[in-house]
This record gives sequence, structure tokens and C-alpha cells, in this order.
Amino acid sequence: MWMTELPAFLPFFIGAFLVLMLKGVARAAVMLAIPVLGGIHLMLIPEGLHWQTELMGMALTPYRVDSLSLVFGLIFHIAAFINIVYSLHVKDTLQQFSAMIYAGSAIGAVFSGDLLSLFLFWEILAISSVFLIWARRTQRAYNAGMRYLIIQVLSGVLLLVGSVFYWRTHGNLDFNGIGLEGTYGWLIFIAFGIKCAFPMLHNWLTDAYPEATPTGTVFLSAFTTKVAVYALARGYPGTELLIYIGVTMACFPIFFAVIENDLRRVLAYSMINQIGFMVVGIGIGTALALNGAVSHAFNDILFKGLLFMSMGAVLHMTGEINGSKLGGLYKSMPKTTILCIIGAASISAFPLFSGFVSKSMVMTAALEEGYPVIWLLLLFSAAGVFHHAGIKIPYFAFFAHDSGIRTTEPPNNMLIAMGIAASLCVFIGSYPWLLYSILPYDTGYNPYDATHVLAQTQLLFFSALAFVWLNLKGMYPPELPSVNLDVEWFYRRLIPDALKVTFARIWRIDAIIRASFMRLLQSLLNFISRHEPDGVLSRAHLSSSMVIWSTLILAAFLLLSFI
Amino acid sequence: MLAHAPALTVLVPLLAAPLSLVFVKSRHCWIFCLLVTCASLVLSSLMLGQILDTGTIIYTMGGWPAPWGIEYRVDLLNGFVLLLVSLLGFIVMMAADSSLEKEIDTDKRKFFYSSYLLCLTGMLGITATGDAFNVFVFLEISSLSTYTLIAMGKDRKALWASYQYLIMGTIGATFILIGIGLMYAMTGTLNMHDLSIRLPEVENTRTVFTAFAFFMVGVCLKLALFPLHLWLPNAYTYAPSIVSALIAATATKVAVYVMLRFVFTIFGIEFSFEHMPLQEVLIALGVAGVLTSSIIAIYQTNLKRLAAYSSVAQVGYMIIGFAIGNVTGLTATILHLFNHALMKGALFLAMAGIMYRLGHVEIKNLQGLGRTMPLTMAAFVVGGLSLIGVPLTVGFVSKWYLVLGIIEQGWWLLAVLVLFGSLLALIYIWRVIEIAYFSPPNASTSQVSEAPAMILIPTWILVLGNIYFGIDTDLTVGITSLAAQSLFGVSP
Repeated sequence: MWMTELPAFLPFFIGAFLVLMLKGVARAAVMLAIPVLGGIHLMLIPEGLHWQTELMGMALTPYRVDSLSLVFGLIFHIAAFINIVYSLHVKDTLQQFSAMIYAGSAIGAVFSGDLLSLFLFWEILAISSVFLIWARRTQRAYNAGMRYLIIQVLSGVLLLVGSVFYWRTHGNLDFNGIGLEGTYGWLIFIAFGIKCAFPMLHNWLTDAYPEATPTGTVFLSAFTTKVAVYALARGYPGTELLIYIGVTMACFPIFFAVIENDLRRVLAYSMINQIGFMVVGIGIGTALALNGAVSHAFNDILFKGLLFMSMGAVLHMTGEINGSKLGGLYKSMPKTTILCIIGAASISAFPLFSGFVSKSMVMTAALEEGYPVIWLLLLFSAAGVFHHAGIKIPYFAFFAHDSGIRTTEPPNNMLIAMGIAASLCVFIGSYPWLLYSILPYDTGYNPYDATHVLAQTQLLFFSALAFVWLNLKGMYPPELPSVNLDVEWFYRRLIPDALKVTFARIWRIDAIIRASFMRLLQSLLNFISRHEPDGVLSRAHLSSSMVIWSTLILAAFLLLSFI
Repeated sequence: MLAHAPALTVLVPLLAAPLSLVFVKSRHCWIFCLLVTCASLVLSSLMLGQILDTGTIIYTMGGWPAPWGIEYRVDLLNGFVLLLVSLLGFIVMMAADSSLEKEIDTDKRKFFYSSYLLCLTGMLGITATGDAFNVFVFLEISSLSTYTLIAMGKDRKALWASYQYLIMGTIGATFILIGIGLMYAMTGTLNMHDLSIRLPEVENTRTVFTAFAFFMVGVCLKLALFPLHLWLPNAYTYAPSIVSALIAATATKVAVYVMLRFVFTIFGIEFSFEHMPLQEVLIALGVAGVLTSSIIAIYQTNLKRLAAYSSVAQVGYMIIGFAIGNVTGLTATILHLFNHALMKGALFLAMAGIMYRLGHVEIKNLQGLGRTMPLTMAAFVVGGLSLIGVPLTVGFVSKWYLVLGIIEQGWWLLAVLVLFGSLLALIYIWRVIEIAYFSPPNASTSQVSEAPAMILIPTWILVLGNIYFGIDTDLTVGITSLAAQSLFGVSP
């Protein structure tokens, strides 16, 4: 019994310390064994609360297993395994140590049955992940990491304050449905929203992820945001506001992804876009929609990981990641090219690839629950995804004009990791029932009927056409969104345009507000530092001035007590 | 033996202080002092055990009954503070021998030990006594010996820092004396218990108002409440490391205790909080202290000075906790007395280790120290995390109760400000971590090795205490919440 109740995060934390002590093959073996053993161990565990403890008089349940947490726990184990394989060639103790802690705390977070445990793992998640960014050891990465850390810690602080409020209201800290009631609901909502990259709160993601090491980004892409998706699915299912937030998240990154040159940043934008789908699913909150959100998170970890891995391989081999400097790599990296295309097909939701079986679930749910406008917007962003992640990434990296870079395939471990992810993408896409069987709800949904397949194929076809046409006319990459050309769905042209204009405006105002806030802060800091360490407040004072102070205080005190 | 424990806790170090001068070798003197402080520690922990069993201990000096003779009255609150002071006095003393090698000349060391014991006597006496005038006497004993101790710092500025502290401390003590004198004039008694009975009869007189004002300002000077903290950074910075550790861990705590004792027991909650604008004044000063001192700490170039400003900020938290005026907040304050002693003790002892090896604590010259002195810097990091209030350290526990207390009153803005203070702490601790761990060692730091074992051991005892009491809070929270309840007159 004792073995089966070992909390799932523990092996990773123990493994992290083993990493510090071991070297070479032994270290690699330990790192590989932990997610495998942990994963097997997890499948044997019955549902329920497995570990209850008490801290400062509050009942805590740091290890709760149910169908929702189990799905996330499983995919995190799979992702940890793939990512560890992918980064086997790295000989950097800092990265390996923090990656293990990071994966472990993500797993700990999804199994947390109370808000305080969640907060603990939430903070460990933030602190361990920032080292994956700093591990690149450039000034740029350092600054980006610092900004990332501040925002993540802020999210943690909000979560903590929210939890305290929650405790005041309910007298317990159980982490179940929270809902947008009272102050605590909003505080926790914003805390989750920051980690989930809600619009306007998302800057950290596109800012920091592309600055991490090639392997670090792959780790980052799998865990942080998915933990937030889990937390939202647990705390706020069926919150209507999430539908609108989610659809915004699905749409706006498309414009930025199209004009972005750094291909890993393109992927970071497309990540927000995919999370948007999940958030919409959570917002709709029906069994089908939640299933869709969860399974899409599951698949996204695989295919987004695959794409990040292929771009990481390109960066690793060529040292370049800007679309304008790459191209023609298919000659020297054919295997990577194929694997990347599988990832691209999955994210674009081609039938028989994994994205298709989950994305369509969310969209069907939107239609069924009477949100036709949402459905259309999701359709639009699905087309956009295909366009920037499905075509742009492989096209600019591996095809397009020949950049003249000649390199070789990445190390075998990278290829194997990408191979595993790619086979899972195809397997889930062709045989989704295994995935469906572990989802929280049983809905009897079948993705392979004529409407879904046809609609999706049409969408993809026209989107591809748009790209080709734009490219031939030399109008690409200038900022024209490809969707403009879908003549059959002409009416949709207005919506993206309007959105684009609105966003540009909001963006500008937002930027102005933030810039002026930062300027204010900076000038305040400058003011203090100009006087440092002999500033007004910190210089050594004369004894006389101290005496005057105490006299003044005494006088004030006396005055106050006689009024 | 145990029946005389209240007196002995104070008397043992008092009598040992002149005795320590007879030793020729400073090492022997140190061992003697270690035994003395250990005896104090044992006595005070036995006493606390007894209080938990049978309640308040009342001890009459020389058998003279209360209003005439001097009475020692040890309840849960001062039993706890006694334990804290003697514990830290003992642990810091462990590190003294090694640390003094580099900081004080051999021939002066026995004077150091003698003053150290006197200082401890003073603080224990203030805490144990039940007589208001006795508080003043012991306050003077501890202050005078502290001036001596600070002046022993090897930097010549130590003299100046000590002189400034002397002036400010004397003003503080005088104010306290005036306060006590006025109270005596009104009631004709100096016994605290007696005072608490007789003061309400005359509490609406100007004399009592004035007494209260003088007393509060005097104590605020001693506990370095912003903006009366100006003496503190210099004193902490230029004193020998061991002295910084001792006074940072204990001196301000004892002053906070005196404030709690007078406000709650003698003047009474109603008088203090309703007749006086005490709450508003203290909260405003507390918040100002937390924010300003934390910001100043960010810009310090000297590690000891940084920690000194952080101490001023931490005093701010204690004052806020007590001023919000509910049991939870008061629990947080008493808890923080202990917890802050643990963290600041650990930080200052780690600095003593750095001082021992490097001879300075300039932050910019600590590059790469995380590699060459891993244990010392790890202790610093844990102490720092505790200061920030990271969960699983004691800092989190006291901050948690503080925020709970604030929320109980419904003052959201204050809760936000308190948490913002933690964020500032993160910044100033982080600056040190960044330099110590993320930059390569320079010419001097690459040469040094780990601090001597006799500094590391006490440092790590405190570090482990930081973690242990952060996880198992039964003992500390149990005692402090009982103490807080009894101060509020709520029967537990």
C-alpha cells in the first residue's frame, strides 16, 4: 500500500537531487527512469485522496487523484520523458536539476487538492523554470528571465492572497470549483490568468520562452501554461467570461505570429492561440467542451513540443532561428523536416493527426451550446494556425529560398524524442479512442464523421491556397492576413480587419500605459539611487538631527493625546 | 533550585560578568561564558515548562512581598521572550571565540565577554522583572554594556556609532524614566501588577497621558521604530559581528516586549487603543518603516547595513501586528519576535563567517562566494528566504498570521502593503544571491575557504531552526497564541 501512495512529484524531486550527485551515464539513466517508473506507478493508483496532512492547523491534501488530474499527470510524465530524451546531449547540471524540479512541481500542482499546496508548487514551478531561461547565459536571456520571474511570482502572490480570502470565507482551502464570486474568486482568477497567458497578461510568454535554451523552451512549453489550464478547468469550469477571453486568445496572436521573424516566438504566439481553444472549452463547461479542452491540452503538449523540438534542433545545429536567415534546410535535415511537418499537420488539425480529434470537440461544443459567432472566430483562428504554424514554420525553416546553410541532422537523442512525439501525434490522430477513454467524461464523441472531416479539409485547403497565392504574388510576409483571400467566406474578412484595428489601438494604449508606469518606476529608482548610499533616507545622520526627530515625535504624540 | 529560577536566570550572568575577568586566556573565558549562557538557557526553558504546567510564576526578591519588595512575575509572554533571549545569547556565544580572533585584540577579549554577559543580564532582567523601575535599571545595564560592545568594533567609525547610540539610548531611557516617574507620582507604586490596578482610577488625567507619551516614545527609540531608527544602522554596521548578531537578534525584541507589557498589562487595552490615537500612529509608522527601510535596504552597499535596514522593516511588521489590535495580529507579533530572532541571528552569524574570511562585507566584493563558501552562503540564502517569507520557513508562518490578522480587521490595503514589503525583501536578498552565485569569484573570494566550524555550527543550528519551526508550528504558535489571548484577557 505504501508504494502505491507515493506522491507523484516526489520521484522527480528525489531524482533532481540524484542528478546533482551522479554523473554521465548513471545520471542519464536516473533521469530517464523516473518519468517511466513514475508513469507506471501513476497508472496503478486508484482515485481518491491519498495523502492528508496538516500545516498550521489547516487540513491539506497534497495528493489527490481523480480523472481530471490523472490526465494531466499522465501527459506530464510523457512530456517529461520525451523532453529528457531530447535533452540527453546537454551536459549542464543547472539545466538538468531545474528541469527535474520543474517537471516535478508541475505534476505536484495538478495533484494538489488544496490551494496552499497548489501555491507551493506554483512558486516552485516559477522559480525552477526561470533557470531554464537563465541557463542560456546571455544578458538578454537574463533580463527576460528576470521579467518572467517577477510576473510569475506576482501570480503566486495573487494566488496566496486569494487563498487567504478563500479561507476566510469558507473556512477550508479545498481546491474545487471556485467561481467568480467575491474578491477571492477574482484574485485567484487573475493569478491563474497570468500563468495561462490571458490577453494583456501574456507578455511574459512571448518575451521569455524564445530566450531560453533550445531544450529549455521545450520543457517550458509543456508545463507552465498547462498547469494553468488544469487550474482553470478545476476552478472555473463553465465561467462564461472565459469563452470571450479564450476566443480573444485564439485570434489576436495570429496577427503577431504572421509578422514575427523569430520562429520560436512564432510558436510562442501559436501557443497562446492553442491555449485559447482550451480556455473556450473550459468556459463553455459542458462535458464535451471540457473533454475537448483537456484532450487539446494533452495533444498540444505533444505537437507543440514536437514543433519546439524541431525548431530547437534547427537552432542547435545552425545557431539561427530567424525565418529570414533560414531556409532550404530540408536537404541537410530531411528527418527533422518530416518530423516538423507532422507536428505542423497536428497543430493545424489535419484529419488523422492529433489536433483534429481534440480541436473539433471544442468547436462542436461551441456550436451546440449556441455560440455561432464564437464558432466562426474559432474557425478563423484555426485557419490562422494552419497558416502561421502549419505552413510558415516548416516553409521558412526548411524550404523557401536556400539560405546556403549546410548542416547535418541533429544528435540521435533529439531525433528519437521527436520521433516519439510524432508517433504519438499520428497514433492519437488515427486512433483517438484510447485518449478518449482516459478523459474525465464519457460523451461518445466521434470526430471522424463527414461534416467534421469535410469542413476541416476545406478550411485547410483554402488557407493553404491563400498562403501560396500570397507568396507567389510577393505579398507575403507583409502583414496581410491570409484569411482575406478566402473568397467563399468573404464576410469574415471584416471581422479580422476590425479585430486587427481594434487590437492595434488597444495595444498602443496598453503599451503607453505600461511604458509610462515603467518610466515612473525607473525615475523613482533613479531618484533613490542618485542619493545612494548617502541618500536623504539612508545617509548617516548627525546626532542632533536624531534628537530633533525624537523631540518632534514626542511633541506630536503629546499633541495627539490631548486633542 | 527551580523555585529560584526567575532570579537565577538573571543573577547567574550578572555574577559571572565580573568573574569572567579573572581568566587569563580568552579561550577559557569563552568556555566559562558558554557555560553561563547555557545555564541561563536551561533555567529559562525549565521555567517555560513550569509556566505551561502550572501558570504564572511569581517570585519575590528576598522574600519581601510585592508592593514593597521587588517582584519577578514570569508568565507565558515573558517566559517565551526569556527563552528567546537566553537561547540566542547561548548560540551567538558559541561563535564568539572564532569570530573574535579576527575582530578584537586579545587583551580586550575578556572585557568583551564581561560586557556581553552584562548585556545579556540586562535583557533578561528587563524581561523577567515585574517592577517598572527595575525595567529602567536593567535597561541601563544592557544599554551601557551595548555601547561598550559596539565601541569595540575594529572600524574607527564604531566609536562614533556607539557615541550616537549612547546619546539616543540615553534620551530613550530618560523618556522611559520620566514616564515611569509620572506613573509613580500618580499611583505611588512601581509594581506592574499594582500599577495595572491603580492606573484606571486616574487614567483620565493629563499626567497619565503625558506619562504614556513619554514612555511610548522612549520605547520606540529603543526598538528603532521608523523614524526613530537612525542610530540603528550605524550601530549594527560597525559593531563586531558577534555583537551585531546578538543585538539584532535580541535587543529590539526585548524592547518590543516592554512595549507589549506596558500597553497591554499596565495601561490596558482600552486606555491604549481608545483614549489614544495609538493604533493610527503605530500603523502609519509601521507601514512607513516597512516600505522605506526595505527600499533603502535595496540600495545598500554593505551587507551588514542592508540587514540593519531590513531589521528596521521587520520591526515595522511587529508593530503593525500589535497595532491592528486583535488576537491574531498580536500572535503574529509575538511569533515574529522569535522567528525574526532566528532569521536575523542566522544572517548575522553567516556574515560573521564572511567577515572572518574576507575581513569585510561589501556586497560588490562577494562575487562567487557561493562557490568558495557554500555552507555559509547557503545559510545566508535560507535566512534570506525566511526574511522574504517563503513557505516552509518561519518567515512565512509569522507573515501568514499577520496577514490573517489584518484581513480579520478588513484592511485589505494594509495586507497588500505588507505583501509588497515581502516583494521588496525579495529584491534586496536577491541582489546578494545574484552576486554571490552568478558571478565568477574575484581575486580575493577565490582564495578563501569555508568559515571555521565554530561559526558554521551555530549558524546552521539557527538555519535548521528556521526550517523546523516553519514546518512544525505547534510549539511556537501554541505558546504565542496563548500568550496573545491572555494579553487580551480572553480566557483560552
